[in-house]
Amino acid sequence: MGTLMAFLVGGLYAAAIYMIMRRSIVKLVIGLVLLSNAANLLIFTSAGMTREAPPLIPLGALQPDGVVADPLAQALILTAIVIGFGVLAFAVVLIHRAYEVVKADDMDQMKDTDT
Amino acid sequence: MNNMMSLVLRTTGYFLLPLLLIFSVFLLLRGHDEPGGGFIAGLVASAAVCLHLFFTDIAATRRLLHIDPRDLLGWGLTLATLSGIPAVFMGDPFFTSQWVEMTLPLLGETKVGTPLLFDIGVYAVVVGSVLAIVLSLAEAEE
Amino acid sequence: MLLAVLSGFLFACIAPVVHGARPLAKSYYGAGWVLAMLPAVLFLWFASHLRSVGLNGEVILNSWTWIPSLGISLSFRLDGLSLLFALLISGIGFFIIAYAGRYLEGHKDQARLYVLLLSFMASMLGLVLSDNLISLFVFWELTSITSYLLVGFSHEDKPSRLSARQGLFVTMGGGLALLAGFVMLGMAGGSYELSELLSQRELLHDHALYAPMLILIVIGAFSKSAQFPFHFWLPNAMAAPTPVSAYLHSATMVKAGVYLLARLNPGLGGTELWTMILGLVGAFTMFIGVFLAVRSTGIKKVLAYSTVMALGTLTMLIGIGTPTAITAAMAFLLAHSLYKGALFLVAGIIGHSTGSKDFMHTGGFRSAMPVTALFAGVAALSLGGIIPLFGFVAKELMLEAVLDAPLFSAVLSTLAVASAILGVTVAAIVGIRPWYGRLAETKVTPHEAPPAMLAGPVVLASLSLVLGLSAPLVQQWLLGSAITAVHGAPVEKNLSLWHGFNLPLLISAVSLVAGLLLFAVWRGFRRATRFTDLLAKVGPEQWYERAMVAITHVSAWQTRMLQTGYLRYYLMIVLGSMVALVLSQMWTYRDSINLLIDVSDLRFYEVVVAGVLGAAVLMAAITSSRLSAVAALGAIGFTVALLYLLFSAPDLSITQVLVETLTVILLVLVLFRLPGFIKLSPTHLRLRDAGLAVIVGATMTLLLLSVNGTQYFDSISSYFIAESAPSAYGRNIVNVILVDFRTLDTLGEIFVLALAATGVLAMIRFRAEDKDL
Repeated sequence: MGTLMAFLVGGLYAAAIYMIMRRSIVKLVIGLVLLSNAANLLIFTSAGMTREAPPLIPLGALQPDGVVADPLAQALILTAIVIGFGVLAFAVVLIHRAYEVVKADDMDQMKDTDT
Repeated sequence: MNNMMSLVLRTTGYFLLPLLLIFSVFLLLRGHDEPGGGFIAGLVASAAVCLHLFFTDIAATRRLLHIDPRDLLGWGLTLATLSGIPAVFMGDPFFTSQWVEMTLPLLGETKVGTPLLFDIGVYAVVVGSVLAIVLSLAEAEE
Repeated sequence: MLLAVLSGFLFACIAPVVHGARPLAKSYYGAGWVLAMLPAVLFLWFASHLRSVGLNGEVILNSWTWIPSLGISLSFRLDGLSLLFALLISGIGFFIIAYAGRYLEGHKDQARLYVLLLSFMASMLGLVLSDNLISLFVFWELTSITSYLLVGFSHEDKPSRLSARQGLFVTMGGGLALLAGFVMLGMAGGSYELSELLSQRELLHDHALYAPMLILIVIGAFSKSAQFPFHFWLPNAMAAPTPVSAYLHSATMVKAGVYLLARLNPGLGGTELWTMILGLVGAFTMFIGVFLAVRSTGIKKVLAYSTVMALGTLTMLIGIGTPTAITAAMAFLLAHSLYKGALFLVAGIIGHSTGSKDFMHTGGFRSAMPVTALFAGVAALSLGGIIPLFGFVAKELMLEAVLDAPLFSAVLSTLAVASAILGVTVAAIVGIRPWYGRLAETKVTPHEAPPAMLAGPVVLASLSLVLGLSAPLVQQWLLGSAITAVHGAPVEKNLSLWHGFNLPLLISAVSLVAGLLLFAVWRGFRRATRFTDLLAKVGPEQWYERAMVAITHVSAWQTRMLQTGYLRYYLMIVLGSMVALVLSQMWTYRDSINLLIDVSDLRFYEVVVAGVLGAAVLMAAITSSRLSAVAALGAIGFTVALLYLLFSAPDLSITQVLVETLTVILLVLVLFRLPGFIKLSPTHLRLRDAGLAVIVGATMTLLLLSVNGTQYFDSISSYFIAESAPSAYGRNIVNVILVDFRTLDTLGEIFVLALAATGVLAMIRFRAEDKDL
């Protein structure tokens, strides 16, 4: 599965970057969502894909039964998902605000607004 | 969104909201042992409130909350940060977890520690952030 | 000791409240006295250690762990040297804060002054009490920052802002060098604790990094203590209100550099390099300081330059490093803090009671303000080094140390004698000029200062006299242990007022006469030395100005080069660099990397999920409608959640589903209020972007394949898995990592989340305000 995932992650990255480089700001938002999914899956895959062994310890035991999936990567991704939402909200509102001010959704027309 | 209001939605909503909130607290408390925890519980609670927002209006939702999400955010950060302080007084580095063993009704012998406080802080921050964003956006909509 | 340091910051927090609470006293300045109680209490607390630390030479150590993994702790140490400084800081602090209460009475920003003064005092105490290099550095920088805010106190005034910034740049630049030096010192000595470092003299001296670390630390100390070529910022810092100058720029902060050199002397000192740098630079600074003092006429300028001279003297003495020199340094330090603190406060009184800020506009004030005049005279006598003041004791020792210096004795002695002569002239300018002669015309009718302002000069000047008369006692109770701490071993050198007739006394007598003669022809002297103004045109201050201009030019040029304003060009640079770095590393290590390509273990439903995900990604990228893009995003989100669930990550799966739901709400609220997709780029540009995107995607695929096939290290997760239940009492290992093992990370992450939410709120609020307009 790791091999398949490697190609999926590559595809996600490619799609994300293509979208972010578009001049239409709405596409930028789509690209951001894709990018955060791509990064999460990158970490998830690099920690190894383990089937049916969640990092939980049975009641009363001190160690899990046998090998479990890597909990560290999961902890990283868990916060990354939530932060991803926060950042997305920020980006979306920022873009919306920029659109209201500049009245254009072309990124190229936004470059001279900071003067 | 008012035209979307339907009797069914509203009725289920009224039942669902308290259930979901209780469920979120359950997720929060069991998070140390089973899937759950502050992040997930916070998201469930915010989703519940968002649901409420969809079948009533913003004013009603704000009334329901009793507390401004922004305050919740601040208190969450404060609580999370403060949970690191006890360690300093015990001679450990900042944020070393400290545990107290106590007997609680229903649960029996339980260990309660600063990580739980921290998780509650996380819960509050998540709920506060998400609701602050969603509510203010919904308000801007009107 | 932690409390002693922190109490200053706590008091700083409540200072505005105290200042605002008028009922405490009938007028404003009541707050000054109330707040001054903190330094008073601290002074008494430190004084209570005089017997144990001062007389018996004990060392008190206190330690709190801070970042144990980096060897950084919040450890404090109270030995003779720290005690001397702590007493000066808290003692003079008391008078300063009481004085400030009256000096800036009714000023709109007086509360801010209290806050800054108290914070500064706390930082300074932390600095002299720290036993850890890193915490010392933190307090060091805190003093720079508070000093910046204090110098720029009158922030509506442009010169004041410029001076503040100049001081900040010079001391912070030195601070950077200092940090580098500290890190080297910590590496060489294997510890950041001063108490461990200082006992490893041979190890440090023979270390390969000795010369670079010494030079870096010395640069830091010199910039703080205004040694040549950094001396120019100190006189400019006189833009600060007078109590600030008296406190920071004479008695305490500028001595931080001297303190550091003294503190490190047992570990780093005693080499030829040390003596050469400190001795020569110190001596030159001493001379240039006193020369410029005589050339100046502004009251505070004269005092500031004579402070530069004192700092140079101290540096030189520490550089010489003989027992006599160290004794002289400590005595001089004490003497200087007392008389210079008093004189600065007197300068403030002159400004306050007469409106004059220049010696050219003073004269004959003696009859109007007799108390001030008397004690200014006493302090000036100490400055001039005249028997029986404590300044005399210090100056005699200084001359003796210079004459016996093992290296460069001739150079140092010449400069010292010249400085002694000019020093007497400065003393005469300060002690005679404003008080005698024809009454100068002033804006304000001269009148005596109120008690709150007189307390400082009176007590400090009196102390100069009392301590001079009881020099042996001072040595026994206070300076002895400080000298031991600086020298590293007890010193057999006794302080006394009268050393008999010897060469230093002769020099003193000669310089007294010569200095007074010079004062008599002061105006002529200044005219005769006018040519030296030309030197200032090529001096260090000009280097500073040029450097600032150059930095501005470079950053402007660099900004023009790098900031095109087009997002895609930034992305191209960033992504291109990333791809190049990843691929070049993979090429370098190609022999040890295996690309794992293995599809034998695939299960049918996994392939289906992956297929759906792939299709959704493709759709999100090529669709021309917003609605289908959002739908595709939803599909991606839920298939990813499914993947998490299939591969043993239930927590992630739940989180992803919930966030996906909230994302839909978010996009509904905002995205559909934006315009639809439009095609803006011509086809060849789209192809170019697609090409770059494919290259990046392929790099990531390659990276993952090699990660899957290669393992250099064991995962650190095994520790978390093994310890989760036994030591963290949790069975959900992911959650235990989040709230226990890696709490600090999670704290940072929830702060990010809170920041994002705050940002959203702020932007929406702004919009509401715009609409109101």
